[in-house]
Amino acid sequence: MALDSKIPKGPLKDKWTDYKNHIDLVNPANKRNIDVIVVGTGLAGGSASATLAELGYNVKAFAYQDSPRRAHSIAAQGGINAAKNYQGDGDSTYRLFYDTVKGGDYRSREANVYRLAEVSANIIDQCVAQGVPFARDYGGLLDNRSFGGVLVSRTFYAKGQTGQQLLLGAYSAMNRQIARGKIEMFNRHEMLDVVIVDGKARGIIARDLVTGEIERHSAHAVVVASGGYGNVYFLSTNAMGSNATAAWKIHKKGAYFANPCYTQIHPTCIPRSGDYQSKLTLMSESLRNDGRIWVPKSMEDVMAIREGRKKPTDLSEDERDYYLERRYPAFGNLVPRDVASRAAKERCDAGYGVNATGEAVYLDFKSAIQRYGKEQAKIKHISKPTEKQIYDLGKDIVKAKYGNLFQMYEKIVDQNPYETPMMIYPAVHYTMGGVWVDYNLMTTIPGCYAIGEANFSDHGANRLGASALMQGLADGYFVLPYTIGDYLADDIRTGKIATDSPEFEAAEKEVSERIEFFINNKGTHSVDYYHKKLGKIMWDKCGMSRNETGLKEAIIEISELRADFWKNVNVPGTATEYNEQLAKAGRVADFLELGELFAKDALIREESAGGHFREEFQTEDGEAKRIKEFQFVSAWEYKGEPKDAILHKEELAYENIEVKERSYK
Amino acid sequence: MNLTLKIWRQENANDKGKMVDYKVTEISEHMSFLEMMDVLNEQLVNSGEEPVAFDHDCREGICGMCSMYINGEAHGPDRGVTTCQLHMRMFKDGDTITIEPWRAAAFPVIKDLVVDRSAFDRIQHAGGYISVNTSGNTQDANAIPISKEAADKAMDAATCIGCGACVATCKNSSAMLFVGAKVSQYALLPQGQVEATDRVLNMVAQMDAEGFGNCTNTGACEVECPKGISLENIARMNREFLSASLKG
Repeated sequence: MALDSKIPKGPLKDKWTDYKNHIDLVNPANKRNIDVIVVGTGLAGGSASATLAELGYNVKAFAYQDSPRRAHSIAAQGGINAAKNYQGDGDSTYRLFYDTVKGGDYRSREANVYRLAEVSANIIDQCVAQGVPFARDYGGLLDNRSFGGVLVSRTFYAKGQTGQQLLLGAYSAMNRQIARGKIEMFNRHEMLDVVIVDGKARGIIARDLVTGEIERHSAHAVVVASGGYGNVYFLSTNAMGSNATAAWKIHKKGAYFANPCYTQIHPTCIPRSGDYQSKLTLMSESLRNDGRIWVPKSMEDVMAIREGRKKPTDLSEDERDYYLERRYPAFGNLVPRDVASRAAKERCDAGYGVNATGEAVYLDFKSAIQRYGKEQAKIKHISKPTEKQIYDLGKDIVKAKYGNLFQMYEKIVDQNPYETPMMIYPAVHYTMGGVWVDYNLMTTIPGCYAIGEANFSDHGANRLGASALMQGLADGYFVLPYTIGDYLADDIRTGKIATDSPEFEAAEKEVSERIEFFINNKGTHSVDYYHKKLGKIMWDKCGMSRNETGLKEAIIEISELRADFWKNVNVPGTATEYNEQLAKAGRVADFLELGELFAKDALIREESAGGHFREEFQTEDGEAKRIKEFQFVSAWEYKGEPKDAILHKEELAYENIEVKERSYK
Repeated sequence: MNLTLKIWRQENANDKGKMVDYKVTEISEHMSFLEMMDVLNEQLVNSGEEPVAFDHDCREGICGMCSMYINGEAHGPDRGVTTCQLHMRMFKDGDTITIEPWRAAAFPVIKDLVVDRSAFDRIQHAGGYISVNTSGNTQDANAIPISKEAADKAMDAATCIGCGACVATCKNSSAMLFVGAKVSQYALLPQGQVEATDRVLNMVAQMDAEGFGNCTNTGACEVECPKGISLENIARMNREFLSASLKG
């Protein structure tokens, strides 16, 4: 099947408007007869569920957590981008579009990104109307901060809990529809397969995680909003339950999977402390607005710090290497995430890491505390402030901006970041790759859509900070509700989809057999044993930098691990009770396939782009080197084993932006 | 460190349940409490026993899933943290730690330490929203200035993660802090004014219908709240409720 991205004709800035003017609509009376399933209730799924229900469709929403409010969008800290130009610093729809395409290292689709930038301003209006308490200045207007990879302040925020507030906004919109009976909510449920009838997605097989019951749910369309696959690495900043199962199941039934190798390794996370570690914690990128990143200049100081003979605060300015400011004077500490992560790895690989594992750099707020302190002293007319006064005044400002993040750091690491610099190291955070979708956000299965992090569409090879929240809400509030209508317009006479068809029968049987297998296998190793092994292969060989030899090894090692898993995995308990190990077994089984496809994708992409860094392809300065002939989306078709997957290419055309080497110098 | 754990085991909602003793060894002080539970569960799985069921997800203190009653305190001995952020450095070698689920009539046990908190969702369905369509056709976000003070206070109330520690810790199993936080967030913002009367009446009615107890101002909820939600929010809800009742 040839890929058709269905990008509307016409000038970039008119595409979305013209498209909306010409698509088919479903009249309100007919919407009442149409059912839509939404899997996942994060920013994308939550906002889509609420909006589809408001429009009149009957929505069935599914979450594996005990409430839609707990989806992992809640953990996003820093902010959400929007081209409002409230700060008058030259922002515009075009600039947000430009920054996003450039930030993605020219590997995203122009038309999608422009649409995203176009609807971004509406998101903020919408959220304020819902009662989202964004930060404001003393005049009562909305405040902004700056994020990596851009030169304007376009990021709206709610302390360090922006994702939480936006998700609770979407959750409140859902609650209104749940109360009206327009959304039927299935908490503690997991989608385990999609059901395809006459070539169209017509329902799902779900499992009630409390009773273990396998259920059939039908609908006229299925929307997958189940987030990314970062947990393929075992350790990531994702929630423990975050998984790729819904996305992988639709892939196995015909949805192409795009760019799996594009993964974001976030530069500012708390370093790992031991083998028992279950997850990694992110420190918001907003900290790079005021924090300066450094390692010692001399190896003697590095050793002295590691051995506890010196403290970081003992080092003078001359003895510190602010390596981002040194290498990238124009953007300094605010380079994009992929660049900042690789720069930290470069210093640590060279031996300058500052903790026992050698995998940590400093993020220091001393300069910011001084700067703010002096500014406050002026505002408060303190003519000759003492050092302590400056420190106290500056600390108050830093606390107001990042207090909750500092507290979180202190609770985990047991060090006070106001007094000693934070230690940070990159960690897996977000996956730009995902299910391939066209301009309508429809996958290669008719009637099956993918939105938010679950799809691949808007971030290319690297996502800029504060753009995930923007994309999730754009897809759910403003894009999908239009595009899905065009498809559902053909379904007004279809009537309820029966769940007793042979297709539902077969899908349920497949799901049940797999569950029975896990329970009856009684192997020798726990599910986590395999997940940790997979994570190590992924991190070592498909992590921040990759090479041909490592990737070829990874492919073999993952397929061997997968074979061992299916022989020797041990799942305790029964299938008819709350059984977390059983749920996890299914998820890890899918990661064991996805991981191999990931490595395969990284192997064929013989270039470096954004988060995908192939050691063989770098500039003299060690920057990512793109290769023109790889200016395409790799979309993989499932054919059994991952090694048999077939590559389809969607060529990317840039008509409104000049493709050049990304420079943040 | 080596520890003795006394953990509530209950197979399902109908089982009576009991405390069971376990031993864990070589626990690092840098582990989080849930990572210590992971060690126990890995140990149980490998010896053919059923692991202890507990709710958890983000493990960074924001999703509100984790919910353990540790040594008689919701989320354990530390302040301003959820169980997932509680670290083993709060305990000593040789300690015995008692771990129970949230206990409240409105939060029935599903299994072991997992409870059903859907009552919280139903309270939100009763009025925890502003009735505005998500069409994007609203006015510009800066059309109504909101004082920084009001916005900050609304934000403080809105940081509630819905974990239920307030209910678990209250001797009356009252949900006033949870409901007060939501009512306050909207009461402090101009966007929330239009439906303020119905909202507080409906949410309080649902809270009572779910079987949560009354507030007797002991303030335990504020102490144990991992997000530091202030008792002020209960006072504000009481004022809102009173004025709504007079209007109604």
